[in-house]
Amino acid sequence: MSNHKAEHQHITDYWVYGLILVILLALTFITVYMVHLELAAWSVAIALGIASVKATIVLAYFMHLKFDNMLFKILVVAVVMLFVSFILLTFADYLYR
Amino acid sequence: MSDVAIKHDEHRDDLGAKLGMWLFIFTELLLFGGLFLVYAVYRDIYAEDFHLGALQLNVTLGTLNTVVLLISSMTVAMSITAIQRGNKKLSMQLVLLTVLLACVFLVNKYFEWGAKFEHDLYPGSDLVLQFKRGSIIFFGLYFFMTGLHMFHVVIGMVVLMVMWFKLKNTTINKDDNVLLENGGLYWHLVDLIWIFLFPLLYLVT
Repeated sequence: MSNHKAEHQHITDYWVYGLILVILLALTFITVYMVHLELAAWSVAIALGIASVKATIVLAYFMHLKFDNMLFKILVVAVVMLFVSFILLTFADYLYR
Repeated sequence: MSDVAIKHDEHRDDLGAKLGMWLFIFTELLLFGGLFLVYAVYRDIYAEDFHLGALQLNVTLGTLNTVVLLISSMTVAMSITAIQRGNKKLSMQLVLLTVLLACVFLVNKYFEWGAKFEHDLYPGSDLVLQFKRGSIIFFGLYFFMTGLHMFHVVIGMVVLMVMWFKLKNTTINKDDNVLLENGGLYWHLVDLIWIFLFPLLYLVT
C-alpha cells in the first residue's frame, strides 16, 4: 500500500486518559497551593516548571505524540528549542545592554 | 459491459494531514510565544507593578476554568478512542460534551471580564490610566492574551461542531478518523496555551 493510512494505529484506553486527567488536576492544585507558601523568587520558577511538566504530559498523551510518528516528536522539540533560543537571545539583549 | 468492477484507488494521506495540522499548531504556538516574550521582558522590568496587577485577578475563577479545560481535553481525546473502536454514538456524545465544557469556560470568562469592567479595570479606563506604568502594561497583556485565547476557544467550538456533524454523517468513521484527530489537536492546543497563561497571569503575585 502506497498511501499512508492508519496502518500502525494505536488506540489509547479510556482509563489512561482518566489517569492523565487526575495527574494534570493534581499538578494544577499543587501550583495554586504553592503560591500561598510565599516562596518569593522561587514561586515563578516552580509554577513554570510544573506548567512545563503539564504541557509535556498533554503533548505526549492527549496529543498522542508518544505513540505517533517520530517526525512529529522531532518537530515539536525543534520548535520548543527555537522558542527557548528567542527567550535567551532577548534576555541576553535586555539584561546586558 | 465487463463485469469486472474497477476499484478506484482512494486518495488519502493521514500522515500528511497530521503533518499539516502540526505545522499550523507551530504557527499558533509562536504567535502566543511572541506574547509570552513581551510578558517576560516587561515582568522583568516592572516586577512590582505586575505583582499589584495580578492581585486584582480572580484566582478561583481562573482555577475553575483550568479544571474545565483539562476535563474537556480528556473528553475530546476519549472521543477519538470511541470512534476508533467503532462506537459512533459515544464519540458524538463526547464531542458534544467537549463543546458544552467550552461553553462553561466562556460563561466563566463572561463573569470574570464582566466584574473587571464593572470595577473600571479595562485597558484605557480612567482608573487603569492612573496606575503605574507596569500595571497598565499588565492589564493590557491580561486582556489581550486571555482575549486571543478566548477567540481560539470559540473557533475550537466551531471546529468541534463540524466534527460532530461529520461523525453523524459517517464522513469520520472507524477506519477514517484523522480529521477528528486533527480537530482534537486544535482543542489540545487551546488547553496547552492556557496551561501557561494561568500561572503567569493569575499566580505571579
